[in-house]
Amino acid sequence: MKNEQEVYAILADLTGEQLNDKPDQELFNSGLMDSMATVQLVMELEEKLNVNIPISEFERSEWDTPAKIMTQVAALQ
Amino acid sequence: MMGANLAPYGAPVYFIGLIVSMLPIIIALYYGRRLKLYETIWTGALLLLTFGGDGAHQLMALTAYVFFECAVMGAYHVYRRQKNATWVFAVAILVSLIPLILVKLGTMPSLSRLSLLGFLGISYITFKTVQILIEFRDGTLKEVNGVSVIRFLLFFPTISSGPIDRFRRFEADYDAIPDRAAYTELVGQAINKLFQGLVYKFILGFIFGTWLLPQVTEQLMRAHHIGDTGYLILMLVAYMYVWSMYLFFDFAGYSLFAIAISNLMGVHTPANFNAPFRSHNIKDFWNRWHMTLSFWFRDFIFMRVSLLMMKKRWFKNRIRVSQAAYLVNFLVMGFWHGLTWYYIAYGLFHASAIIINDYWLRFKGRHAGMIKHSWLTEGVAIFLTFNTICFSFLIFSGILDKLI
Repeated sequence: MKNEQEVYAILADLTGEQLNDKPDQELFNSGLMDSMATVQLVMELEEKLNVNIPISEFERSEWDTPAKIMTQVAALQ
Repeated sequence: MMGANLAPYGAPVYFIGLIVSMLPIIIALYYGRRLKLYETIWTGALLLLTFGGDGAHQLMALTAYVFFECAVMGAYHVYRRQKNATWVFAVAILVSLIPLILVKLGTMPSLSRLSLLGFLGISYITFKTVQILIEFRDGTLKEVNGVSVIRFLLFFPTISSGPIDRFRRFEADYDAIPDRAAYTELVGQAINKLFQGLVYKFILGFIFGTWLLPQVTEQLMRAHHIGDTGYLILMLVAYMYVWSMYLFFDFAGYSLFAIAISNLMGVHTPANFNAPFRSHNIKDFWNRWHMTLSFWFRDFIFMRVSLLMMKKRWFKNRIRVSQAAYLVNFLVMGFWHGLTWYYIAYGLFHASAIIINDYWLRFKGRHAGMIKHSWLTEGVAIFLTFNTICFSFLIFSGILDKLI
């Protein structure tokens, strides 16, 4: 549960929107996140959830919704 | 050796020869097989036709380049299995860039002999080698087959000017042979792209590049010689639009050919353009224009530079981080285009434009609801963006250099 809360808190901070009930909201093409927000996402996830995310591993299509981010983080943990 | 080098996709007749020579590859893929040996011989023959003319010095430069880069990649790969020092990584990147840097220096008259090291496509192939080195460093690429790397580097459809693919994506595509339904669909898409490319490059590119551009240039130069400022400005504006259209249709047409030929080989080379003149801001533009280059810079320069700056806390403010990263990103892009003032000015112009764009987006975010989105605001945004882009292409074209 910690993952879920943290991911939503980070996304709320970066996008300015509460996405808690929208796990399948698309993040990049919708304009919610730009490259800089993506970098911040990587950094926040690394700091708060103790994962290491190489940028080469950051294939956008695998990280483009809150639900996918949680799956990826869980896989890296 | 034969006479002149054959320019890829240079004339409509080129396609007839190319596609006839590909028929065995296409038929085999239709029956679920990849003719690796035939593809290798086919690639070799095309490399010979493309680089073997004029005393074959481009062919020699290409061969030497591939050996050199494979040695750098191989050495770093062996090293990276045991250790991971940052300075070794930096040295590996720098060494892998030496050929490109020398060739770019060769564009200066005093160093023109260096240009003998160059070959068509060196700027593009370098993205591939740097990307592989970075993935070794990140640990996302561990076991690699040397043959696959060389196949990726020398993949003929995209060798001269991209689109810039990624190694893991390319390799997965190459190894997975599409089933008959998927391949048939891919061939259908390839035919569409081929025809769209023909219209872009040989009709629209011809109208703007071969027919209109010389006339506008002549008028511009005349205005410059007689010193008629009003007429000069008018002709500069005309040149700006004509050259922008030529650049787009020529390059988008070429990209469509490269993607279509890749598709016929069962490879989904990524798209390079997505209606860039419909962009409603500069950020949107860089998601639509020369996309494989822009995304390469985003993933391998912008994101890494900004992550590094944030981790090292070089700036307190994250807005400053993004601004510095944009500046680095677009300056490197400018230098990559070539060592002339106008390419670097083009880079600086786009860095400034995207920084200003960000200020505006933040302002709009803080004042949500102040301006209602409508077809009018969208139209104004597209108009402003279009003219900003065309102005940047005027810088990029180098014509201003001739007027100084």
